[in-house]
Amino acid sequence: MSAVIEARSLSKRAGRATLLDGVGLTVAAGEMVAVIGPNGAGKSTLLRLLSGDLRPSAGEVRLKQRDIGSFTPRELAARRAMLSQHISVSFPFTVEEVVLMGAGGRSARDAGPLVDAALEEVGLAHFRERQLPTLSGGEQQRAHFARVLVQLACGEAEHGPGLLLLDEPTSSLDLRHQIDLVEAARRRAGSGTAVIAILHDLNLAIRFADRLIVLAGGKLAADGSRADIVTREIIRDIFEIEAVVHRDDDGVPYVLPQSMQAAAPPR
Amino acid sequence: MSVAVETGARSPERHAGARRPSTSLAILLLIAVLAVTAIVALTLGAAGIPLSRLPAALGLSGESTAMTARDQLVLWSIRVPRIAAAAMIGGLLAAAGAIMQGLFRNPLADPALVGVSSGGALAAASAIVFTDSRFGETLRFLQAELLPLAAFAGSLATTAILYGISSRSGRTSIAIFLLAGVAITAIANAGIGLLVFVADDRQLRDITFWMLGSMSGVTWTKAALLAPVLVIGLGACTFIARGLDLLVLGEADAFHGGVDVERLKRISIVMVSAMTGVAVSISGVIGFVGIVVPHLLRLVIGPAHRLLLPASVLLGAILMVGADTLARTIVAPAEMPIGILTAAVGAPVFLFILLRQRGLASL
Repeated sequence: MSAVIEARSLSKRAGRATLLDGVGLTVAAGEMVAVIGPNGAGKSTLLRLLSGDLRPSAGEVRLKQRDIGSFTPRELAARRAMLSQHISVSFPFTVEEVVLMGAGGRSARDAGPLVDAALEEVGLAHFRERQLPTLSGGEQQRAHFARVLVQLACGEAEHGPGLLLLDEPTSSLDLRHQIDLVEAARRRAGSGTAVIAILHDLNLAIRFADRLIVLAGGKLAADGSRADIVTREIIRDIFEIEAVVHRDDDGVPYVLPQSMQAAAPPR
Repeated sequence: MSVAVETGARSPERHAGARRPSTSLAILLLIAVLAVTAIVALTLGAAGIPLSRLPAALGLSGESTAMTARDQLVLWSIRVPRIAAAAMIGGLLAAAGAIMQGLFRNPLADPALVGVSSGGALAAASAIVFTDSRFGETLRFLQAELLPLAAFAGSLATTAILYGISSRSGRTSIAIFLLAGVAITAIANAGIGLLVFVADDRQLRDITFWMLGSMSGVTWTKAALLAPVLVIGLGACTFIARGLDLLVLGEADAFHGGVDVERLKRISIVMVSAMTGVAVSISGVIGFVGIVVPHLLRLVIGPAHRLLLPASVLLGAILMVGADTLARTIVAPAEMPIGILTAAVGAPVFLFILLRQRGLASL
């Protein structure tokens, strides 16, 4: 599989602070990669550099074998879609109108089937005419995910497999919708999209990603399969917690932090 | 829950915006209301022209009497240009407000808030005092022409300064733009205060009346100045509408969605200052149209800019023609400054918006 996105010795500095330091990675079409790491590790900065929103202080990002800075915003939007954290919409747009924004100027009629499918996929079809600001945080996040899916689908229809970037997409979702969302991303990878997602839930990351990328202190700490990464030692080094790594019946590891104390038993 | 089930089961033909009134219907309705308002405005005034005499006065029927001649004079040299100008000024101010609110992602943003109109007002007040002074006496005969020019230049200069302050290496900070605007407004107001202090009684009256806004000095020439700005502005509106929609997601996400955000901000800022500048240069400062009109429309037709911007032009026109008709009839044969009327109606609506938002926030 060919590389959809490639970063070479990527650094980003803001003032004196180094947010990201010499990170290199390649993600191929059809691959789903989870980026993990503690707060302030540079995960969001990495994603914004990969999306073309930020320009690197050093190094380069190549999207589909082309320097990412050479695309116009419109060209970029047709090749990569990104879901940010915390989007607040101040005007009373309906869910449907927001999702349609992903369609790159296509009319409601042309993009209708895509909008319907995306709303169906995130489970918001019944809220399509509700005003977005009246929904809960998690529902709003799902609506934005639907918008991003529409953008991805429109772009892929014209330019082939694209890149899907997700910045903590599950942060305000309940358990079921966390799994739904990650499965939806997984399906995109199954049809050729390169997916990069920042995930805080280690177990979610382990279960759904083909590969894990670990960032710590702005540096690439590890990049590999779950078998390589999910060890007691790496988790201790990176997250500074003691954890036991168990394996389920299929041999997939899961992490149980040891410092978690059970609630006091009922009297 | 029954509502949810019901809407979920809707046929797939119902796509985006289905809940809102259709675009063409909304626009047609607004055009019809504007036409009716304009016709009523034509008949009312210090010299009343009843509806029965209107066709003859407009030259639509062959009758010709002494009365017709007088009516024609009143209509064509005073009332028609004035109504046309009022409509265009209302449209420009409302659309400029809507663009500004889209740019700031805040329904309470207004060109007056960022000093664009204050800069114009300072330049206009300077022009009044200067052409009346010993040094400017030679230009006195040009005062009527100089005033709008100065106001327009003042608005543009203010925008240029604001833009210069808030932009660095190709990126414009909207927060700094707003804060700098507040500071520039204060400076402009201090300048106006100084001019008021040195002005004599007549100049003072001129400045005060200009600051209150009025359509009374409108001529065909001035009305003709507004038309190209409105036409170009409307054209540009269709160009920036989708970008402004996506901008509600925030600058980063608008970029992710394919919008050239920096270019959008540049175009919007130039449009707002040109539209406000040319309107203010002809009518003086007229507040609140830019806030009230887009807000009312968002409640009815939704916030999508493709419809909101042209609809703002139309509703702004309707309100301004209505307000101007009121301004020139309620104390006829004298005239009420129109800014008093728009502020008297607009400010309570503004307060209502604020209270309503507080109500929503506390939910």
